[in-house]
Amino acid sequence: MLDYAWLMLLFPALGTLIIAFFGRRLGKGVISWLAPGTVLLSFAVAVSQFATLLGLPAEERHHEVVLWQWMTAGSFSVDLALLIDQLSVTMALVVTGVGFLIHVYSVGYMHDDPRYSRFFAYMNFFILMMLTLVLANNYLLLYVGWEGVGLASYLLIGFWFEKPSAADAGKKAFIVNRVGDFGLALAIMFIWSTVGSLRFADVFANADVLVAAGVIGTVTMLMLLAATGKSAQLPLYVWLPDAMEGPTPVSALIHAATMVTAGVYMTARSAALFDLAPTSAMWVAGIGAATALYAATIALAQTDLKRILAYSTISQLGYMFLAVGVGAYASGIFHLATHAFFKALLFLAAGSVMHALHGELNINKMGNLRAKLPTTYWTYLIGAAALAGIPLLSGFFSKDEILWYAWQKSPVLWAVGLVTAGLTAIYAFRSVFVPFWGQPRDQKLFHHAHESPPAMTVPLIVLAVGAVLAGYIGIPHLSLIEGWLEPVFHAGGAAAEGAKAAYPAAWVEWVLLAVSALVALAGAYFAYTAYVVKTSIPKQVRDSLGWFARLVENKYYVDELYDKVIVNPLRDLANWFAGTVDKAGLDGAVNGIAGIAGWLGGQARRLQTGLVGLYALSILFGAVALVAWLVIR
Amino acid sequence: MVPISYYLILSAILFTVGVVGVLIRRNVLIIFMSVEMMLNAVNLTFAALALHFLSLNGQIFVLMAMVVAAAEVAVGLAIVMTVVRHKDTTNIEDVNLLKG
Amino acid sequence: MFLFIVFALIAIVAGLGVILSRKPVYSALFLLLNFATLAAMYIMLQAQFLAAVQIIVYAGAIVVLFLFVVMLIGGGELNAVDRETSRQGDKANIASQRSSIQLGWPRLTALVLAVLLLAGVGYGVITGQLHQPTGTAAAFGQGSVEAVAATLYTDYLLPFEMTSVLLLVGMVGAVVLARNE
Repeated sequence: MLDYAWLMLLFPALGTLIIAFFGRRLGKGVISWLAPGTVLLSFAVAVSQFATLLGLPAEERHHEVVLWQWMTAGSFSVDLALLIDQLSVTMALVVTGVGFLIHVYSVGYMHDDPRYSRFFAYMNFFILMMLTLVLANNYLLLYVGWEGVGLASYLLIGFWFEKPSAADAGKKAFIVNRVGDFGLALAIMFIWSTVGSLRFADVFANADVLVAAGVIGTVTMLMLLAATGKSAQLPLYVWLPDAMEGPTPVSALIHAATMVTAGVYMTARSAALFDLAPTSAMWVAGIGAATALYAATIALAQTDLKRILAYSTISQLGYMFLAVGVGAYASGIFHLATHAFFKALLFLAAGSVMHALHGELNINKMGNLRAKLPTTYWTYLIGAAALAGIPLLSGFFSKDEILWYAWQKSPVLWAVGLVTAGLTAIYAFRSVFVPFWGQPRDQKLFHHAHESPPAMTVPLIVLAVGAVLAGYIGIPHLSLIEGWLEPVFHAGGAAAEGAKAAYPAAWVEWVLLAVSALVALAGAYFAYTAYVVKTSIPKQVRDSLGWFARLVENKYYVDELYDKVIVNPLRDLANWFAGTVDKAGLDGAVNGIAGIAGWLGGQARRLQTGLVGLYALSILFGAVALVAWLVIR
Repeated sequence: MVPISYYLILSAILFTVGVVGVLIRRNVLIIFMSVEMMLNAVNLTFAALALHFLSLNGQIFVLMAMVVAAAEVAVGLAIVMTVVRHKDTTNIEDVNLLKG
Repeated sequence: MFLFIVFALIAIVAGLGVILSRKPVYSALFLLLNFATLAAMYIMLQAQFLAAVQIIVYAGAIVVLFLFVVMLIGGGELNAVDRETSRQGDKANIASQRSSIQLGWPRLTALVLAVLLLAGVGYGVITGQLHQPTGTAAAFGQGSVEAVAATLYTDYLLPFEMTSVLLLVGMVGAVVLARNE
């Protein structure tokens, strides 16, 4: 059964090709069945793989499917091969499952778009590339998927390319990602030149070679660079908020199921390497914690619904990095999975709001929408509660696990995580209370609001159920997912076993659990007070913070800083090259040479009088000169 | 027996006369004839040297030169005809299409 | 030796006549004279076959071709008053031209030269200088048709065939160029 894993890739690939080439002729009706259908089939295959793996004993849950030898050059050889194990199947389930729901939602959301078929071709391509990434059995194939999702995100973020802001956002995403991709490419080259193989199994088995060669730190730091680019961490997160310019399902897909999770997956996949590079792992944790806090503060001050969610994604990804950084890879992936559910839910609900309000996203213009959009409201509420970490919802369990592992590593990281959790609760509920409660602020918008069609609300409900239940696979001490994933990360790793032995007593965990639950509830309560009961509080807080509030509202001026420090100097340099070096220097040289040739030609032209007599005379002179030379010689 | 050098001197004189004709005349036909004369001067050199060296190669070359001359005259006169038809002149200075 | 000097003088004067005549038709006839003299020279050089070809190809074909062209395009208009000097606009020059035309020196010169050539040839034939191989050349068997043919069809067969192609090309070229569209 496991040998049929390639079917997972086949269906989206076929979907992409068919829709891309025959999309126009097929018509919307066929595409709206075909595109989600291929992803559903992939999902079915993933489920079957999952079931097969479950039926195997733990130590046999590792299967490689070699499709064919991809390339050979000297001692370098790479197979096109898939790796089926607990981690990749989990990722595949998330990607295809959430991806399928987003596809279904898109059928409703994109219904009136003139480039309907192109949209679905891109979407299927996105799923295909993400599956390639997570199912690859070697770093090179992973890199193919890595670049593929970069391309797909570029195409989809800039899907409405008529809008300059969308086109710019697409470019920004692509270019910022390139910075990270370059890190991954270098890391792969390092691995190849040291280990001599790119297959995960070979690399991890020979990880000590990397240590002996002294490059393990370099390799893991380069991987971290790659992950910060793809997973939108400091300092390369800037593309993700702008990615809002794409259609909302695209945002959901990027934020929940694909793309941004790639960095977390890659880091978790390379657990064997990060275990051997404690410094790099600490950097991962540090960057994760810093990003989590940083993005959460920005999210507090945003007024655009989708931007709030975008910064919350960055913040949640920070959690995942924190998790993989402290060695809790399973918790990271667990949070990734639960996050996929509630973030997809939140984005799709936000899309539903946007749909209802004709593209309006400013939460200060909404209000009391729960009266008009009940399904959207309830599903959004569940998503936000899960995001905030309200007890017994999925986000609670996964976030708590991460905090628990962070505590074991360093109480500082835990404290940062806890503060972030509080902020998360505040902004999550702010994004519930402001648009859905209170009084309508813009009567005209409110009046025209209407609930979305079933193609959009059904996926919301399914995702809401998922957002509630997904956490129960990871209840502390009963954690199924941890037992399921752990063999992937610590295949006989004695160091990890040693770390486990030093765990603090169990009561600490329960105390911490209670603390984080309290913080989440307190955050929610504060949001209720500030945004429903006494709406003057936000203004007071803002005034008391002074310059810091302005700093946060302007997203710490990072975009401006990047513009000033990187973009503008580069643009000036490019302009200088284009204007001075190219025009004056290169063009000048080329035109100058051409000019000299032209001038010489002009001079030589005078010789051509067209008088045959003169030509004959010249020949005569030549002949006489030759004879003279022969005589004198 | 006439010394070989006499033939060569005669050939040189005839060649020079041809060159002068090409240079001083402007009538395209006369220029043409001068060219023919130059060819003949060279032919005379070949024939004289053939006798001098007791080799037939010189005479063969004369034959070749005659063939080339025949072809050249045929084509050249055709060109002259065409030019005259278009420009209504045999003056070489009126034909300056090559002027740069 | 005497014959050579006579023929050489005729050839040189005829050549000067070619380039100095006002009318192309006179030039062509002087050219004919020049070619005929050279033919006599070839006989003196033991190249009898060349002499025959010289008369046939040059005198017979090429000069006749020249005369045809002169006849076709020459007309009185182009040559009656020589345009090449009238262009200079020098009246004195025109006057001198006119007098030279009236003088008719080409006819006189040509007559003298032709008579001289005939006399020279007659003298050569009578004295045997123009039909008996002399000295070393006799042993060499110079210029006989057999000798030339043997060389031409063995050592120079390929160039010989090439010349036929050249002639064909020349013929086609002439036809194409002279065609009146």
